[in-house]
Amino acid sequence: MSNLSFYVHIPYCVKRCGYCDFNTYTPAELREGGTLETVSQGFVDSLIAEVTFASRTTTTTIPTIFFGGGTPSLMPAKELGRVIDLLKQRWEFAPNIEVTMECNPDTLTLQSLEEYRAIGINRISMGMQSADSSVLKVLDRTHNPENVAKSVENARAAGFDNVSLDLIYGTPGETLEQWENTVKTALSYRVDHLSAYALIVEDGTKLAAKIKRGEIDKPDDDLMAQMYLKIDELASAAGLNWYELSNWGRPAEHNLVYWRNQNWWGLGPGAHSHLDGTRWWNVKHPSKYQEKLAAFESPMQDREVLGDSEKRDEKIMLQIRLREGISQEELSASQIKVLENYPEQVITIDNRIVLTPTGRLIADRIVRELIMA
Amino acid sequence: MPAIPLSKAPQPASTDPAQIRNFCIIAHIDHGKSTLADRMLQITEVVDPRQMRAQYLDRMDIERERGITIKSQAVRLPWQSGRDGKEYILNMIDTPGHVDFTYEVSRSLAACEGAVLLVDCAQGIEAQTLANLYLAMENNLQIIPVLNKIDLPAAQPDKFAAELAKLIGCQPEDVLRVSGKTGAGVEELLDEIVAQIPAPVGNKDAETRALIFDSVYDVYRGVVTYVRVIDGKLSPRDQIQMISTGARHELLEIGAISPEPIASKGLGVGEVGYLITGVKDVRQSRVGDTVTLYQKPAKEPLAGYKDPKPMVFSGLFPIDGAEFPMLREALDKLQLNDAALVYEPESSAALGFGFRCGFLGLLHMEIVRERLEREAGLNLISTAPNVVYEVTLEDGKKLTVTNPSEFPNGKVSEVQEPIVKATILAPSEYIGTIMELCQDRRGTLLGMDYLSEDRVEIRYDLPLAEIVFDFFDQLKSRTKGYASLDYEDKGNAPGNLVKVDILLNAETVDAFSAIVHRDKAYAYGVMMTQKLRELIPRQQFEVPIQAAIGAKIIARENIRAIRKDVLAKCYGGDITRKRKLLEKQKEGKKRMKMVGRVEVPQEAFVAALATDADIEKVKAARDK
Repeated sequence: MSNLSFYVHIPYCVKRCGYCDFNTYTPAELREGGTLETVSQGFVDSLIAEVTFASRTTTTTIPTIFFGGGTPSLMPAKELGRVIDLLKQRWEFAPNIEVTMECNPDTLTLQSLEEYRAIGINRISMGMQSADSSVLKVLDRTHNPENVAKSVENARAAGFDNVSLDLIYGTPGETLEQWENTVKTALSYRVDHLSAYALIVEDGTKLAAKIKRGEIDKPDDDLMAQMYLKIDELASAAGLNWYELSNWGRPAEHNLVYWRNQNWWGLGPGAHSHLDGTRWWNVKHPSKYQEKLAAFESPMQDREVLGDSEKRDEKIMLQIRLREGISQEELSASQIKVLENYPEQVITIDNRIVLTPTGRLIADRIVRELIMA
Repeated sequence: MPAIPLSKAPQPASTDPAQIRNFCIIAHIDHGKSTLADRMLQITEVVDPRQMRAQYLDRMDIERERGITIKSQAVRLPWQSGRDGKEYILNMIDTPGHVDFTYEVSRSLAACEGAVLLVDCAQGIEAQTLANLYLAMENNLQIIPVLNKIDLPAAQPDKFAAELAKLIGCQPEDVLRVSGKTGAGVEELLDEIVAQIPAPVGNKDAETRALIFDSVYDVYRGVVTYVRVIDGKLSPRDQIQMISTGARHELLEIGAISPEPIASKGLGVGEVGYLITGVKDVRQSRVGDTVTLYQKPAKEPLAGYKDPKPMVFSGLFPIDGAEFPMLREALDKLQLNDAALVYEPESSAALGFGFRCGFLGLLHMEIVRERLEREAGLNLISTAPNVVYEVTLEDGKKLTVTNPSEFPNGKVSEVQEPIVKATILAPSEYIGTIMELCQDRRGTLLGMDYLSEDRVEIRYDLPLAEIVFDFFDQLKSRTKGYASLDYEDKGNAPGNLVKVDILLNAETVDAFSAIVHRDKAYAYGVMMTQKLRELIPRQQFEVPIQAAIGAKIIARENIRAIRKDVLAKCYGGDITRKRKLLEKQKEGKKRMKMVGRVEVPQEAFVAALATDADIEKVKAARDK
């Protein structure tokens, strides 16, 4: 029995947020005067066509499926259900399969949540980002913070026992107090899982342009460090323990697949896949992607076959992010020696190297030193 | 046209000294010396017009690009005077035009009986030209004042003719006016050279003495030595001897340049030409030395020989430590052609292995460095240049310090530093600002003269260390580029000097130590610590940066510990990108130098030590 997880990329958003550089498009960007219905027509057919490529692998079992984006909750349950149904025909679903969907709290209703639950989705990940409307404004997010509470409640009512919220910290202008309030608010919704990301100002975004023009300040690293320690403290106190650098609570099985270097297939434009040491990624633009599949061609844009040293580097880079850490046996004597420079940042638990909260904050630095040792 | 075909012109070894005129052109960079020389080559028809390339005499690329002449050459030009109709041989001896090469200039002048003083008539005379003019006058050379570029719309020939006349004591109407570009007045100038400059005088029966005024290394032929025969003669196959070095060689080839080397039957009294002995190293054929015959040697050398003396020192380090052997090889090669260049291996805790190099001055330093980078393809960091200090310890022991890191801590009774006599020419409106600058740089005013109504010559004694620091840049910027500077060695004088060390996390960084005047130590310390705080990235621990004199801390800054160095997000699609970023950072980390436990990027050293151009170069190398 061998496992293959699936990531499904839905590349549509009603509006592009100011900080976002993901592979997502508004209907108007894709076609002049386009609506979601017109631009996404046939998209699920393309996903289904790509599944035929995945079915040529020797994999047998699907442990997790993740609908990401973009905004998957823009798609009707019926459409996403076609993908799930097809996967279920070709593969065996693990008994405890986790099927996640990313959602925008503004577009969810009790009815739609019930529909998603009915097609087999059993985990909801909602983009909350902040409880503070001034912070949301800088992020250029459209949702009303009150909708989050309502959507969590609806999700529970629709039968979702696994609900996660995404948060962003370090937004220009955000204070430590505002952040603390955001975390407490999120925790008050009694969700099963929290993700929190330090804001990264990506080149080419509206936010980057505003910072460049001096209209707003750059996020401050020291403040972000404090914010990280704050959520770690508050989430732990609320019973959501860290299991990955930016994630707390009931582990997202799908994301563990990435961090543990297991196999997954990314369906959709720009989606990345990994299978037994080979990584590849699809053409980025939805039209190009759909064209390829309409012609029964592979939508793969490029691939890389990892060499031994790349595999070693990736392993350290990914595993060090996890609560389970890296087994000491997997490190060389010189690597262990490097870690002696970080007495407060690294601890050893059951012969495994694990980062402390301050260690997690400089994880990239430690990784650099480890792979150079 | 009074040009004479080469084959019909008087030949080397059989030219009557009375027919010979030896002259040089004294001019400032970009006052048009090379263009005028080109025009002379053309008018005397020694160059085929089709082969004429602009600025024929400047051979090296760097010279061509910068419009300056580093290595002089001598060209034999046959010329039939338009005045008396007789045939003459004009030897044009090219001179270097920069302050660092004063000694070479003085030897070129010693090979001539006359000099053309060439001045751009839109700019007037510059300090270096004035210094060389004084040098020529001291050598009793006949001076022919010439204004160039009379074709320019901005020309002010009357004004500058008056200035030149006043300087050399002639009438303004005696100042010739030419255009190297159009050729106007150049024939007349050639006739004037014949008329005014005395023929060389020497004893053809005396023991041979020839002055070496230049020697250059040629990959194919070895060292080519340029000489002016004073007495006797030189012939092919002669056994020759250098009087100062005692080196003995056989003359494999002797000849004159017209403007390519043409072998001859020899060189007689007053003649100028080249020698080839198969020697591979210019240090065996030193500028200023006297060539004589081994069998029948002259007893007295010609006056004026000096060993080249390095005035400015700097460490040169390869950015990539693996290039150290290449740097050594390149320096060895360069030294074949540069007797003034000295170097010895140096190791710096911060910069790794390199060489401490001695130069005649800042331009010499820049040229050497540029040639190393260009010709050997090396990427170099140079440390801030410094001068040579003579230190007397309390126990009476004396030390010569060419590297600030070797400066003794404490127990110093006296420090002597080199002083120069600086001459500054500038429009008189800048007198105040120039005096302020010189005063600030520990200068002593020697005197001031008006060259004309609105141009002034200011003379100061200044510590060379101040000039080496950034005096010239400051002078240029404070006078909108109008001031020019020349200086000459004036020996040593005691100074109230101290060494300021820079400590990073309590460890001295040798590359940043500097010897400065006690009154400026604090300012240097503050400047350097602040600069480094900006340049050094945060580490996982707090890093103090201190400036100290001995054990006494005079300035301090802190680099706060880094608290966040992580990309929070890492999902499936991020892995490849993140790994590639990591690989790039890994490369970047290789270029980090460790100072104790502190990682310092190469850029920080360069930015703290060097010029903006260096910083750009390092950035370009990093981004590649």
